[in-house]
Amino acid sequence: MTRTITIDPVTRIEGHAKVTIHLDDRGQVADARFHVAEFRGFEKFCEGRPFWEMPALTSRVCGICPVSHLLASAKAGDSILGVAVPPSASKLRRLINLAQIVQSHALSVFHMSAPDLLLGFDSDPLNRNLFGLLASEPELARGGIRLRQFGQAIIEALGGRKIHPSWAVPGGVKSHLSRESAQLIQSQLPELRRFVRGVLDRLKAMLDSFAKEVASFGSFPSLFVGLVGPGRAWEHYDGLVRVVDEFGRVAAEFESGRFEEYLGETVQNDSYLKSPYFKPLGFPQGMYRVGPLARLNICDRIGSPLGDVELAEFRDRAGRPAHSSFHFHYARMVEILIALEKTEEMLGDEDLYSGRLQVEAGVNNLSGFGCSEAPRGTLFHHYTVDGDGVLQKVNLVIATGQNNLAMNRTIQQIAREYVADGAFTEGALNRVEAGIRAYDPCLSCSTHALGQMALRLQLLDAAGRVIDERSRA
Amino acid sequence: MTAERKMRINDVQVKFEEGETVLACARRAGVRIPTLCHFDGLSDIGACRLCLVEVEGSAQLAASCVTRAEPGMVIRCHTTRLAEYRKVILELLLAERNHVCSVCVANGNCELQDLATEHQIDHVRFDYQFPALGVDLSHGQFGVDHNRCILCTRCVRVCDEIEGAHTWDVAGRGGTSRVITDLAQPWGESQTCTSCGKCVELCPTGALFPRGTSVGGLVRDRGRIELAMAHRRHESCHG
Repeated sequence: MTRTITIDPVTRIEGHAKVTIHLDDRGQVADARFHVAEFRGFEKFCEGRPFWEMPALTSRVCGICPVSHLLASAKAGDSILGVAVPPSASKLRRLINLAQIVQSHALSVFHMSAPDLLLGFDSDPLNRNLFGLLASEPELARGGIRLRQFGQAIIEALGGRKIHPSWAVPGGVKSHLSRESAQLIQSQLPELRRFVRGVLDRLKAMLDSFAKEVASFGSFPSLFVGLVGPGRAWEHYDGLVRVVDEFGRVAAEFESGRFEEYLGETVQNDSYLKSPYFKPLGFPQGMYRVGPLARLNICDRIGSPLGDVELAEFRDRAGRPAHSSFHFHYARMVEILIALEKTEEMLGDEDLYSGRLQVEAGVNNLSGFGCSEAPRGTLFHHYTVDGDGVLQKVNLVIATGQNNLAMNRTIQQIAREYVADGAFTEGALNRVEAGIRAYDPCLSCSTHALGQMALRLQLLDAAGRVIDERSRA
Repeated sequence: MTAERKMRINDVQVKFEEGETVLACARRAGVRIPTLCHFDGLSDIGACRLCLVEVEGSAQLAASCVTRAEPGMVIRCHTTRLAEYRKVILELLLAERNHVCSVCVANGNCELQDLATEHQIDHVRFDYQFPALGVDLSHGQFGVDHNRCILCTRCVRVCDEIEGAHTWDVAGRGGTSRVITDLAQPWGESQTCTSCGKCVELCPTGALFPRGTSVGGLVRDRGRIELAMAHRRHESCHG
């Protein structure tokens, strides 16, 4: 008799999803599937809009990472205008993206995943949340909240609001950083850096106790994809897209505007989330991972003193490339430190406070590409417009989607490790969810395609038996 | 002997000149009556109905922008009934097309948005119509987004009465009405448009905007157009 275990909803992630674990006649895990149960549709309803509106429109995709869409969209707009933005604008965009990385990573680490890591995967689910963390680790929880607040404050200082700023526009940005804001940012940096280094030390010390999780939370060979900057350094805003194979060898390097030549997208019958893959290897062999783990795996160096030290240690501890998705957490903390360090470096740059902010131009290209590193990974926007600038087609390739194949494989691996002979504990199912959480997926961001969706309905009886199943392709 | 030109508006006694409208008298007396289609210097058409007032002795409500002041009139501008009617009118306007303030070029600079805030509209009680309407960006300098048009026809009147071009007009009936340029040609192909931008300046929402405007990026300079209107009035008075 086959059985299906359903985890619905998956908690402490952004968006709505469920997981089904399919057991065979002997009660062994036959399959595990990650279903994204929500649909947003931005790719469709943005058609017909002027492309100048797109940065603010697509920033509405997400309340956690609006800046990521804002920047990728503004860059797609730059590409349609056919302009290079002024140095002040590109530096200010970089600064806001660093703030975005800090605040989003802080949310993932401290609000979403720290309860698992610090209170334990098997701890009481009633307390396994931020409030439980506040009770048992108040300093750490408060520090995480302050870290997120810091990133949000920079976004507000630049964009005028913490969430959904419409500050970046095709051709540039709307305002400089004020010197008062810079002073405020500067004054908080030393304490936050100390806090982050303390958390990193603690995380490193804990890794050995999570050996089983490291080995089973998405520990498999795959490709890794992300941006690299000059000197193939860690990058988050511009540069080349680099694809690295399971041995750390460069499989491809290309201009981000050519991403559709290298990255294909396919759909699954049971999820609203598309599954991108590396075209030269085909589907599904072309599975790849993006995000903090990928960015640390693909770069040759960080390009900042603390960052380079941490990268070397990360590679010593986690491998090069690091294959386990459990190390997304570690990579995320390293990236927070890098972002703080690079933010401090930038504050002395006069271009943040003065200089031309925007260039103007008409529609010079009918197709525009924008790419940046969102906290969760590489984000691509591709717009096609008519001669007047009205959008004809929108394609958003979201980081979370790019991790879809890997997330599915991760939960299969975890389920096989922790569910045996039809028996499982709450902690085991929490580990399945935690496998998803490691990727920090943002499902609200990533479900936009229309017309090719499929829906799968499963009817389960009280014992969890599948009585009926219908598919619509 | 003619009656003295005095009336009462919200219990305030107001003197008026021959031919003045109730709206003009109210504004002079410092009584605020909300409007959308009215603009000082343009002819009035009483289209939006937001300026409805109660006239003592009349069962009907009157649009104050097109109602002449008369001696002895007693006007009430702010009653519970009027407040509810104005709210309904604004809700109907919001439900009729696709007004999404958060991603509108006029966000923070929109008369419809300001009025909705003033009337404490936190939700709309009518079904949104979600009509499929287009955006015309064919003009070299400006764009028109029919999703945000409330058919106030300020653009039609300013183009006709102040610029003298009469590029804008209204086509269709009822819910299918649309503002059009020339004979429903793309704005960029209009033979009559002088690209003066007065229509864009006077649009109360984000329906007309300079090309390239980003969300919340619309900046208006009504001072310039008010000067042009004053000049036009001066010319018509003094030949």
